[in-house]
Formats: sequence, C-alpha cells, structure tokens
Amino acid sequence: MHAPAPKPDAGLLDDLPGELMMWVLIVSELLVFGAGLAAFLSVRISDPAGFAAARAALDPALAGINTVVLITSGFLAARSLDLRLGLKRAAARWHLAGAMLLGAVFLAIKFQEYAAKAAEGISTDTHAFFTFYYLLTGFHAAHVVAGIVLLGLVAWKDAPRNIEAGAAFWHMVDLVWVLLFPVIYVLG
Amino acid sequence: MKYQSQKVALAYFAVALALFAVQVLGGLLAGWIYVSPNFLSELLPFNIVRMLHTNSLIVWLLLGFFGAAYFLVPEEAERELHSPKLAYLQLAVLVIGTLGVVLTYVFNLFEGNWLLGKEGREFIEQPKWVKVGIVVAALMFLYNITMTVLKGKKTAITNILLLGLWGLALLFLFSFYNPSNLSLDKQYWWNIVHLWVEGVWELIMASVLAYLMLKLTGVDREVIEKWLYVIVAAALFSGILGTGHHYYWIGTPGYWQWIGSIFSSLEVVPFFAMMSFAFVMVWKGRRDHPNKAALLWSLGCATLAFFGAGVWGFLHTLHGVNYYTHGTQITAAHGHLAFFGAYVSLNLAIISYAMPLLRGRDPYNQVLNMASFWLMAGGMTFMTFVLTFAGTVQTHLQRVMGEYFMEVQDQLAVFYWMRFGAGAAFVLGAFLFIYAVAVPRREVIQPGEAAGVPAE
Repeated sequence: MHAPAPKPDAGLLDDLPGELMMWVLIVSELLVFGAGLAAFLSVRISDPAGFAAARAALDPALAGINTVVLITSGFLAARSLDLRLGLKRAAARWHLAGAMLLGAVFLAIKFQEYAAKAAEGISTDTHAFFTFYYLLTGFHAAHVVAGIVLLGLVAWKDAPRNIEAGAAFWHMVDLVWVLLFPVIYVLG
Repeated sequence: MKYQSQKVALAYFAVALALFAVQVLGGLLAGWIYVSPNFLSELLPFNIVRMLHTNSLIVWLLLGFFGAAYFLVPEEAERELHSPKLAYLQLAVLVIGTLGVVLTYVFNLFEGNWLLGKEGREFIEQPKWVKVGIVVAALMFLYNITMTVLKGKKTAITNILLLGLWGLALLFLFSFYNPSNLSLDKQYWWNIVHLWVEGVWELIMASVLAYLMLKLTGVDREVIEKWLYVIVAAALFSGILGTGHHYYWIGTPGYWQWIGSIFSSLEVVPFFAMMSFAFVMVWKGRRDHPNKAALLWSLGCATLAFFGAGVWGFLHTLHGVNYYTHGTQITAAHGHLAFFGAYVSLNLAIISYAMPLLRGRDPYNQVLNMASFWLMAGGMTFMTFVLTFAGTVQTHLQRVMGEYFMEVQDQLAVFYWMRFGAGAAFVLGAFLFIYAVAVPRREVIQPGEAAGVPAE
C-alpha cells in the first residue's frame, strides 16, 4: 500500500452530491424527454385542431391520479434516505418498498389506459399526436419499470450512497412525468 | 516497450498499413471513375471498386484495433500476453480470409454458392467460409486478450477496451442471419454497421485515446478514468437507440423517425466530450512527451471525429432533413470525414505512438509524419467540403426540383474533379505516413531549442 495521493483536481464535478454517473444519466434522460416534448410541440403547431381532437380521447383525470401516485412515491423514496441516514434501516426499507408499490400502481393505471386506447383501435400511426403519446409515455413507463428494479436493488444493498442514487433516478422519473402530464394530457 | 509480447502489434500494424495503401488506392480509382465513368468498367466495375474501398477500410481498421489491443493490454495488465503464438495465428487466419474475399469479389468466383460465393449484402458480402474464419479469429483474439487481463492488472482502460471488443465480435454474428424480408434484412444489417461505428467502436476509440492521453500528457489515471466513463456512458446512451436514424425509410414503423432523430442528435455529445477530453488533458498535462506526432494525431483524431461524425452526422440525421438528403453526396461527405477522423486517425495515432517503441528507436522522423497528418487532414477536409457542396446541389436539383439522377450527376462534375484532387493529396499523405513510420532510421530535422526557453 502507498500513501493516498493528493486528490486530483476534477473541478466542479467533485462537489456534486451522489454518484457522477447517475447525474450523467439524469441529464441525458432530461435531454431526450425535453427533445421529445419540443418535437411534440413543434409538430402541434402544424395541426392544432387535429392535436386537440386527438387529446380528447385521453383521460386527464386518470393521469392526474397517476401524478399524485408518482409524487407520493417520490416522497417516500426521499424520506427513505433521511431514515437511512438516521440509521433506521428497517424503516428506510419499508419506505422504499412503499415507493416501489406506488410505482407498480402507476404502471397498473397506465396499463389500463393503454388497454382502453388499444380497444378503441388507437395505435402509434393513428395520428401524430398518438405517435408522441405512445413514445413519450411508453418511454416514461419503461423508466418506471427500471426505477422499481433500481429501488429494489438499493433496498437490498442499502448503503446511503446507493439509496441516494436510486432516489435521484426516481425523482428524475417523477420530474419527467410532471412535465409530460400537462403538455400531453392537459394542453393537447 | 516493456513487454516482449507487445511486439505482436508490429505485425498487425504492418498488415493494417499495407491494406490502408490498398484502400486509398481503391479510393483514388473510384474517384477517377466518378470523373471518367467508363474507366475499367469491364475489368473492375465501380461496385467492386467501391466494395474493396470500404471493406479494406473496415478490415485494416480492425487489424489496427487488434494491434492496438496487443500493444496496450500487456502494458496495462502489467504482464506478457497470454499467447503471442495464437496472436500470430489469428493474423494468419485474417490475412487468408481477406485474400479469399478479394479474389472472390474481383473474379466473382463461385457465384451463388452457399459456402464459397459472395453474399451481396454491402459490407458483409463475405463468403460464408470467410465469415466463419472471422469469428474464429475473433474468438482467438478475445481469448488471448481476456486471459491476459484476467491474470493481470485490471484498469478502466482495459475494461472498456474489452467491452468494446467483445461487443464488436458478438454484433458481427448478425451477419449470419439473412432474413428474406428486406426490411428485416436491413434492420439486422444495421445492428452490425451502426452498432459498430456508433456504438462499440466508440468504446475502443475512447479507451485507446485515454491510453494515449495517459502516456503523452502524464495526467493522473484517476482523472482520465472519470472522463472515460462519462464518454462511454454518453456513447452508449445515444448510440444504441440512435440506430433508429437508419430505420427511417426501410419499412419499419414511423415512430422510429422520432426515436432515431432524438437519440442520434445526442450522438454528437460523446464526440464533443472526447474532443474536450483530449484538449483538457493536454492543457493540464505536465509531461512534455517527445513523440509530438502521436500527440498531433490524437488531437487531430478527436477534433476531426467531432466534426466528421458529430457535426456532419447531425447535419443530415433529423428525419425531416434526411428525407431530402438520403443517399446523396452529403452522406459521402459525412462518411469520409467521420471514418477518417474517428477511426483512421485513431489507428494512425496509436501506430505513431507505438512504432518507435516497437522498433526500439526514439521518436523519429516526426516531421514527415506530421507533414503527412496535414496532407491527409487537409485533403480529407477539402474533400468533405467539396462533397457537401455537391450534395447540397444534388439534393436541390434531384430531390426538390425532381431532375433525373444522371442529369444531376453531369452538373456535379466540377465537384468530382475537385474531389479527385483532394483524394490525390490524401493518397500522397497516406504514402508519406507509411514511409515515415517504416523507412527512415534517424531524425530528418534535429529538434529546436524551444524546450530550453524558460516559461514566462
């Protein structure tokens, strides 16, 4: 073993809380969803009436419930880190389990929504609105699945550093939904 | 050179450079056919010349990657290569396969034969026996390198390099699957072509660049590794779904247009990061490494890759743009600068760094090597601009005005002449490079006294 070398100067990156790679991922995700929303709004300019008509087929109330579900889930994930830092490991794990459960509720409601759309014969090719609808909410739902798996992993390997990374990802999933919900379900 | 078995790289680099010569001569010939279309049309049709030009490129780049891995893995793992003999055998397999391919293409031997005939899918038209040979060679290579790393020290550079090389070999397996549905055929085909150059090859590129930066600038490994991980994450994040930008017009569902547009737009990020990485490391580095040619190639590689792959790629990656530019000279402009900037320059950088060590000489003849850099980089940049203008005119005349393809081609003649000139300058540069690393035994020009001047 040798003496620890003086820490190389990596600049601002060292001041970030949590895992650097998680931040890289979060920024990348926000870029992708941001670009998707920007594209959605750009295409909408060319056909506002068509977009409004297509939006009428959606169910904002259900999506509103989902918003509450996901934000509550995010709250539980955030509390879990506090509890873990306060050395209440069991409580932290229960909170993570709660966050995962609410994530599953979100997916169940989402699945209902997709099933209803499919029953009406609405596919990705029905209208440009639905291409974006399926792409953006579908990508988001895939991230909810990934987030649930990640929360499960950090509940198992529950070092505070891990929980912080898992919660950061989960908040990103939250944030993306909070952006998607008004733009797709309400604004149309 | 610390380890005897690194010497294997010399053989790989030699064969790679020989194929590089063949490739650029093929390019020159193809460029001439553009201005004089009937040249050799009976003897060596354009489609065959083009195939040789692109395939010899791919093969020599791969040989260069293998050579780079054999050179840097022993040093990173701090032990001799698992089996130098196996490495030479692997090279022999690849050379025999390559010769088989060239003979089969040029004379169109065994047409239609399941095992021996060419298969007719661009880039992966190799006869089946050659494909099997490539897989066998890849297995020998992966076994050899992986054993070396497993027994030795594991570093981020070798981990990323191995990840890239394993991905490269596994993705090639798609070449054995040839569905009769043309849309599916193209979709799987892109899983090799795209996921190589805009996926796993970027991992190889980033790790080799990281190795060069480590050696040339003396920046701490810890800093370099942090950059490396960020670059690799950005490359995979954007590159994998970026494949969608090849699915616009092949019969896949329409949503690929948005997936492809959005993710491939982000493909510029890893290339920008690699360019920033190279320059920041050089600014931060305190080591004044004597091998200036290797440094020039490394920085040139990162810069030209950013413009060729990043900027010129973005130029026509959005589906609204690509609807008009698809398959015009814009594509050719992007293809040339991207391959040269990213992968040719990377190979020439590691060769410039390794050759003096492999041959037991001090960095020598850097002046000629650096002159060859400027000839090649200048020639290729000029060619890129020329083809971009040609592509813009072509897009307008052919895709907007609806003129016939051949009528438009006639109007592009002036650009094709200039492209031939740029290509000739490039070929000159390529031969100068080969001469510079192969022949001279002492410095052509003694280094100046600048190093002795105290800093301000």
